[in-house]
Amino acid sequence: MDIVRILFSYIIFPGFIFSAIVGLFLTWIDRKVTARIHWRVGPPWFQPYADFLKLLLKETIIPEGSSKTLFLLGPLLGIISMSILAVMLFSMNFNPTSSFVGDIIVIVYLLALPPIGIIIGGSSSRNTLASVGASREMTQYFAYELPFLVSLVIIILKAGGSIKFGEIVLAQQIQGPFLYSISGVIAAVVILLCIQAKLSFVPFDSPEAEQEIMCGPYIEYSGVALAIFKLARAMMLFLLPLFLISLLWGGFADWWAIPKFLLIIVLIVLIKNTNPRLRIDQALKSFWIGLGILSIIGLVLAFYGL
Amino acid sequence: MANPKLWGLKKSPWVFHVAAASCNNCDIEILDLITPRWDIERFGIVLVGSPRHADALLVTGVLNRKNLPRVLRVYEQTPKPCLVIAIGTCTCHTHMFERSYNVVGPYNKYLPVDVYIPGCPPKPEAMILGIVKALKRL
Repeated sequence: MDIVRILFSYIIFPGFIFSAIVGLFLTWIDRKVTARIHWRVGPPWFQPYADFLKLLLKETIIPEGSSKTLFLLGPLLGIISMSILAVMLFSMNFNPTSSFVGDIIVIVYLLALPPIGIIIGGSSSRNTLASVGASREMTQYFAYELPFLVSLVIIILKAGGSIKFGEIVLAQQIQGPFLYSISGVIAAVVILLCIQAKLSFVPFDSPEAEQEIMCGPYIEYSGVALAIFKLARAMMLFLLPLFLISLLWGGFADWWAIPKFLLIIVLIVLIKNTNPRLRIDQALKSFWIGLGILSIIGLVLAFYGL
Repeated sequence: MANPKLWGLKKSPWVFHVAAASCNNCDIEILDLITPRWDIERFGIVLVGSPRHADALLVTGVLNRKNLPRVLRVYEQTPKPCLVIAIGTCTCHTHMFERSYNVVGPYNKYLPVDVYIPGCPPKPEAMILGIVKALKRL
């Protein structure tokens, strides 16, 4: 029975299907809030599901001369890693003392897989704009990874040197959420902007700038492959705020998690809609110099227990 | 909801704008169409940047010897099923360029056009009406 339970948790709840459905709904919230900011009505609630269904039933074109295996592997990496991440987040939050070893390093690697999928897909699709997008994605990944890792070290320091996810959640239940301190606020700001870059939302969306390189790495994708890319993006929109809540805002095992979660989503959408796009060199500079120095200051503060 | 394929296509037609050497009036009206004032995202219509993502091609301008192969190539690159929406009188027939030396003829000689939206240029309201009528008839 154990194997059935494990398969159920990876495929249905809280793995693939649950996080996909909730994630698609969150993309509707994103589009609706964007529409209200533009002072228009916006799409109906079933819009992301209709888009997904339509893309599933359309023709999938594999461009001539591209590497077929890599081209189709690219989208899959994203949803696989996000399903595993969903299971880890939920099991660590609702059962933090379980023997399931989920540490932050595994999560860092799981979060690295979707950009790798995008890079593989973009560079195997034999299109100039796609390879420009893939190279920008790579640069941006290296840019946001530095402040992201430093702010994860802040959290590890505050949790007393533990890298196990369950122990971080437990430490917050004992001594209060890490967010309510100066270094916690710094870590939250840095991780929020890194989430923005991981989702390729507007200040950091130069990898797939629609106006200049036409969706970048996704340019040659159509049909099912594009649908899976969109799904991986939607699942990231669901899981990354949950990751932030469980690391810094005391976990999501209680009902207070829902307003916290919606607040973070609306904050992400507001940042997306009120900022211009940064060039890739500006993004690199702001991540390495601006946010890098900020996160190191946070690290020093956390070291002195502030 | 009887046919999920048709329902999906009806509810989210993503359009790609093929500006085949028009005089730019129709293009400006299409840009008007996607501004917040007309808000075609209500119908799920989104302007996409690549023909691979498109379900409908908005073609403008008159076909000539130079751009015919390009337009056909964009049509071939679009995954099927896809609609072809002809915007402007130039696309419905050849309008004032009928006797021109390099014009090869109207679009329906080369492509399966689904909707004709005449006008020089058509108003955004006319385009919305045409697209919605075409989606209803599917």
